[in-house]
Amino acid sequence: MDKHTLDVLDSSNGHGTKQRNKIDQAIVEIVSDSGEGAQKCGQSLGQISAKMGNGVWTVEIIPAEIQPPARSREGASGIRVRFGAKKITNMGDHAGLVVALNEQVLYGRLRQNAYKEGTVLLIENKWATDENPEIRRQYAEALTEFRSEGFDVREIPMETECLKLVMDARKGKNMWVLGLLCYIYDRDMELAEKQIHLTFRKKSQQVIDVNINLLRAGYQWAEDHLDVHYEIPPMKVTDDQEVMNGNEALSLGIMAAGIELCSMYPITPATSASHHLAEHFEKVGGVVHQAEDEIAAIGFAVGASYAGKTAVTITSGPGIALKTEFIGLAVMAEVPLVIIDVQRGGPSTGLPTKVEQSDLTAAIMGQTGDVPKIVIAAATIEECFHFVILARKLAEAFRTPVFLLSDANLATGVQPFKRPQINRDWFSLPIDQSAWKEGIRAFDWSPETGISKRPIPGQRGGMYTLTGLAHDENSKVAYDPEINQRSSEARSRKFAAFQKTLKPPTIHGDPEGDLLIVGWGSTLGAIDEGVEMARDQGLKVSSIHLRFLFPFEPGLADLFARFKKVMTIEINYSDTLGDPMITPENRRYSQLAWQLRARTLVDIECAGNVYGQPLGPGQVLEIIKKQLA
Amino acid sequence: MFGLKADACSIPMPEVYYGLDDYAKSTARWCPGCGGHSILAAVHKVCKDKQYPPEKTVCVSGIGCSSRFPHYMGTYGFHGLHGRAFPVACGVKFRRPDLHLFVITGDGDCCSIGAGHWVHAIRYNMKMVVLLFDNGIYGLTKKQTSPTSALGTHSNTHPHGSVVPPINPLQTTLGFSNVSFVAQTTDWHPAHLQATIRKAADHPGLAFVRIVQRCPMFMKDLYGDMSADPNSLILLNHEKGIDLDPAIAKSFKRNLDHDPSDLGAAREVAEIHDGIPVGLLYQNTENMRYDDYGAHNLGMSIDDKSKALDALLDRYAI
Ligand SMILES: Cc1ncc(C[n+]2csc(CCOP(=O)(O)OP(=O)(O)O)c2C)c(N)n1
Repeated sequence: MDKHTLDVLDSSNGHGTKQRNKIDQAIVEIVSDSGEGAQKCGQSLGQISAKMGNGVWTVEIIPAEIQPPARSREGASGIRVRFGAKKITNMGDHAGLVVALNEQVLYGRLRQNAYKEGTVLLIENKWATDENPEIRRQYAEALTEFRSEGFDVREIPMETECLKLVMDARKGKNMWVLGLLCYIYDRDMELAEKQIHLTFRKKSQQVIDVNINLLRAGYQWAEDHLDVHYEIPPMKVTDDQEVMNGNEALSLGIMAAGIELCSMYPITPATSASHHLAEHFEKVGGVVHQAEDEIAAIGFAVGASYAGKTAVTITSGPGIALKTEFIGLAVMAEVPLVIIDVQRGGPSTGLPTKVEQSDLTAAIMGQTGDVPKIVIAAATIEECFHFVILARKLAEAFRTPVFLLSDANLATGVQPFKRPQINRDWFSLPIDQSAWKEGIRAFDWSPETGISKRPIPGQRGGMYTLTGLAHDENSKVAYDPEINQRSSEARSRKFAAFQKTLKPPTIHGDPEGDLLIVGWGSTLGAIDEGVEMARDQGLKVSSIHLRFLFPFEPGLADLFARFKKVMTIEINYSDTLGDPMITPENRRYSQLAWQLRARTLVDIECAGNVYGQPLGPGQVLEIIKKQLA
Repeated sequence: MFGLKADACSIPMPEVYYGLDDYAKSTARWCPGCGGHSILAAVHKVCKDKQYPPEKTVCVSGIGCSSRFPHYMGTYGFHGLHGRAFPVACGVKFRRPDLHLFVITGDGDCCSIGAGHWVHAIRYNMKMVVLLFDNGIYGLTKKQTSPTSALGTHSNTHPHGSVVPPINPLQTTLGFSNVSFVAQTTDWHPAHLQATIRKAADHPGLAFVRIVQRCPMFMKDLYGDMSADPNSLILLNHEKGIDLDPAIAKSFKRNLDHDPSDLGAAREVAEIHDGIPVGLLYQNTENMRYDDYGAHNLGMSIDDKSKALDALLDRYAI
């Protein structure tokens, strides 16, 4: 097809006779100005695909501002949906097909390298005839540019077609686009209509009808005019599946852990977890407290936990900075607490809506004094659910704050996973109000493990005054340096005891080879897939993915010894050797690499950047090839 | 435990009787003459009079000389961070309506570093007794200007006299939304101090008590003369005010009739500077309490929780 002629194909083939190409996966984006419903459209496509048995991963494309100016290049708002015939674990590399409600937002995505030559761009064509000559010029210029760069540009009369059904095309265009995509990817229209019922369940029947008509019209239009038509076979899933994003999974995990209080202050990208919780927490006996700031939020949670009520505080980068002093107190006074950090780009206010894994060092060592505590990181949306339960249990068993790290990629990513089988053991028990056993002190540190049991207000005979000052076994303020040394040993030893209960990480790939990739957090899917691609090309590369960041899982040094090279891939900053001023001596490493080097004395390489984007498998492949070149 | 037994004739007897000793623990390590000692004794006395079980009583403080208070109580205690007594206390109370709560805070702790929390704790109005130990100076860190130091106070941070006018903690608290109880008393009038704390303990909400406190170490001149002068205190009189033994009330040389339900009049009392008004400035027992909200769905069984969770998971099933 000549890309430079009018791109809408006529339907001379007739209905139903067009060729369907069987493909094993698709990456689709819908991009627009904010507020045009692109995300709802993509989420629906993801849901329908999951219900059809495809593997799915969706990730939102979020501008930093709520309402960036219309048609601005940085203002791209939207969603990427990747779905396929096998389990999808990440957002992939380049989109194969993009629906754009204006041409300008595509520039922002192009700069992020989201598309490649041949990507099909379906662009709203109403701008071609806009009354503003400047807009007409921009549109013509952009399309010429996109075509010259090798994109497969199609101009689509979305507005014109929608106006046949609704007065205001801004409302409803997204469902017309959904219909279009349903045709292109041969989606089950019955499921699509059900999805619309679900999406608009709180609206009137009339709204539902209009949206269904738009859906059908979009489908019909595509069938009549487009030559792109694919089939993606389902995978074989037998388990019941759940589909949700990482923040919803965190929220449900909080409920499943039997946590009774979430104390928070709004901050992107953590807040949506609290929104979800605020809507549902009461049903499981919990309450969300919106505090006056992050210091108060953690103080409130610490107070509740001291009084025996299981508590969580949830935040992102700047909030962690403010919570620092209370985290130190919780370590010092051994207050169980779950601290969830949905990481964003930093430092300072940084990139609020973008993906980064830059809080690892802050979590492990970011407070003053010696502050050991447990730090774990979820690698999948499913783990966002299960790790809250784990974190709550560890916090209580080891009388400690536990950091659970997630990030913006997991927060907004959506992926189906096996429906959790509810277990009564997940829920915290009612508080113990029995009399405190005589002779047991408030900090009766076991000489072996450092672990002690704590009295809860209400327990007769257990009275003590918790303090952030150095204290002895009776929680009495201690000016004696011996006691400070002894209590510090106890607070450290309990994590050594915990580490003894962990298993070495499993290796993805062969247990020895030329290169071992080490990852943590949301990059699991991309790293695994990238490593697979490299192995298919004959490269001797394997990977491990750490869930426990402090203390580390055991056996790492032995494991590393079986590879010629070890490197981390992380979404955080590292210097690049060869850049001006950067030498092996002053080079700064990515955060996990830095910790691993210190722990294992292995000369660990790293690849880390802060473009704010989720990691793609293609990037991983590039990194591997470069290392092994 | 104080209810009538099944046979209504017998006299109800408490199962346990708590003496003053039950509320005390280790000797207070404040300076001799520090106002803290009499406040501590008054709190012991009120706890005993009210027979608060020590295990059901929690004293939460920040950091400062005054914030050492919980260590001298035989109850549960939480000696936390500078300025952060309020969030901790609110967190303790939110889901534990059964606990009796005292918050002990200094003028730096409450009115400077913790000022943001002060505003909101008043607004939350959870049931607790807040004792502001206002000695007009930073004690623990050795004589720096406090936000309540009078203009011109000589301190280690302002050797030539402080330059910014002070905060009036009474006026400020009276200005916060949802304020429900503001009283003032002094460490050197034990009877009034005790009666005020008792009234505060009975208040259904957050009772804010500013205690004018002597610091003989760093602020000898501030209240030294006043505490010896019977003319320095102005007793606020009203039937709804602090319940004081009439004989003791009579000993006050200066009196002022003040209706504590009148917020406007309370604000005028807060501005009296030619003496120290003591008594109840303002009380409203009808205000919304955030601890009621926190306690509304306590005690759900694990069975019910897991049923509710199952229903939620259904929504995400495909
Ligand atoms: C974050 C922090 N900043 C500063 C301090 C040092 N500090 C301890 S107590 C205090 C002021 C105490 O004054 P006040 O609250 O009036 O109590 P007082 O000692 O007079 O009873 C200060 C500045 C601290 N402990 N923590």
